[in-house]
Amino acid sequence: MNIFDIIGPVMIGPSSSHTAGAARLGKVAMHILGEKLLFAEITLYGSFAKTHKGHGTDLALVAGLLGLQPDDERLRESFKLAKERGVGFKFLQGELKREMHPNSVMFKLKGSSSERVVVGASIGGGRVIVSSIDGFSVNISGEYPTVITLHEDKPGMVGRISTLLATYDINIAQMRVSRSQKGGTALMVVETDSEIPKYVEDAIKEIEGIKRAISIAPL
Amino acid sequence: MYTTIQELIKTATREGRKISYVAKRLEAKELETTEEELTKSMRERFKVMKKSIETGLTQDLQSMSGLTGTEGKKFWKYIPNSITGKPVAEAIARAMAVGNVNASMGRIVAAPTAGASGILPAVILTVGELFKRSEGEMVDSLFTAGAIGKVIAIRASLSGAEGGCQAECGSAAAMAAGAAVELAGGSPHQVGDAVALALKSIMGLVCDPVAGLVEVPCIKRNGILASMAISVADLSLAGIRSVIPADEVIDAMKSVGEMLPNELKETALGGVATTPTAKEIEKNLKEVSPK
Repeated sequence: MNIFDIIGPVMIGPSSSHTAGAARLGKVAMHILGEKLLFAEITLYGSFAKTHKGHGTDLALVAGLLGLQPDDERLRESFKLAKERGVGFKFLQGELKREMHPNSVMFKLKGSSSERVVVGASIGGGRVIVSSIDGFSVNISGEYPTVITLHEDKPGMVGRISTLLATYDINIAQMRVSRSQKGGTALMVVETDSEIPKYVEDAIKEIEGIKRAISIAPL
Repeated sequence: MYTTIQELIKTATREGRKISYVAKRLEAKELETTEEELTKSMRERFKVMKKSIETGLTQDLQSMSGLTGTEGKKFWKYIPNSITGKPVAEAIARAMAVGNVNASMGRIVAAPTAGASGILPAVILTVGELFKRSEGEMVDSLFTAGAIGKVIAIRASLSGAEGGCQAECGSAAAMAAGAAVELAGGSPHQVGDAVALALKSIMGLVCDPVAGLVEVPCIKRNGILASMAISVADLSLAGIRSVIPADEVIDAMKSVGEMLPNELKETALGGVATTPTAKEIEKNLKEVSPK
């Protein structure tokens, strides 16, 4: 914690968890999709479902999906902005499950060539956690440079990626692998201490067995 | 890394400096940056604070729920007739103005949170103007406020959900009171006393937002606590000491926060949030389902 966590952040009100955090969640989800967003189905849970209107949670989520920062004053006009950019969206309310955080959201995102389901929560003070991507369990804060890969579940994949990062002198802070079934598709999340340049992201994509790689800069 | 108000007071007193000077040096060391860089970042925040005050005092805002909007502007116009009088009335209006901006999805600086964001800018600007301080001095006083807030965050909490409103608006008032004393030319000891006096005055204040929104009673509470911050700064500047030192008061606030039931910690399950009128408001808001 530093002094700018106390005098700050600069943000759009009214709530760090329900507005700023919501905008961040939308932004992380947009990065995870990794391509032009066409349509978003957004399901709100718990306190998000109950108080979204008064907190502008819905506006903030859409703003994030459009790539706006939590301190962008266009947050409150995000629905209009989405229309101008040809991005469709609809909101649903879901039943909060026991294991879910009270400020949770599920995005079903349709991009120009792929679809993604991202579940996340706003955990206070504007900080967020993405807990699942396409049913794969993950733990992404968006605070570190992050690489997400979808790859074939076979021996050596983790080693190849970590070796490649080491070649470019990038230290791994956290790493997590999960898979749908043995020998199927696996998803890996790597959070690093330093930024991941475009050429490193491209090099990861070149690794045999990698189906998709997305690099996300810290938000 | 500092964890007590006492060590900030001691260091500043020993060196014959302000607490802001000591805090800035310690922060620069911890963040591995220069004091100039820190000042630059803080000045940006101060500008956003000033802008939010101006917006709230001059524009006809409406909150997302429609419950609030122009309290700051309305009170600003009323000041010539006020019982309170300048400068305290100005601080009240300014604090509510920022609360109005926050609730209408405008840009603010969380200080220490969004819900309590009006108190510190209102007090610093008002006291700074009164003593004809430069922008640089007002920006510096934010380091004193930030250091106080950091100690409270470490020893207790700044979140209404954890410690009730005493931890959120109460901490903001303590930070503002300390900064006000420094701006007025008070000693580091007097800064500490103002912190203690502020927190003692709101000990036990509950967080009871109507319909779970940062509006009622939050916006007016920002205004009133800005006036309290200035009052305790005055007490301390007059040489009236707090019998209980600031760090002990902070620890007491933490324990009171732990004793408070969850119903009174931002859950909207107690306090004014469960009054018949609040229930009616909540029902009306709910009827608008998501698009």
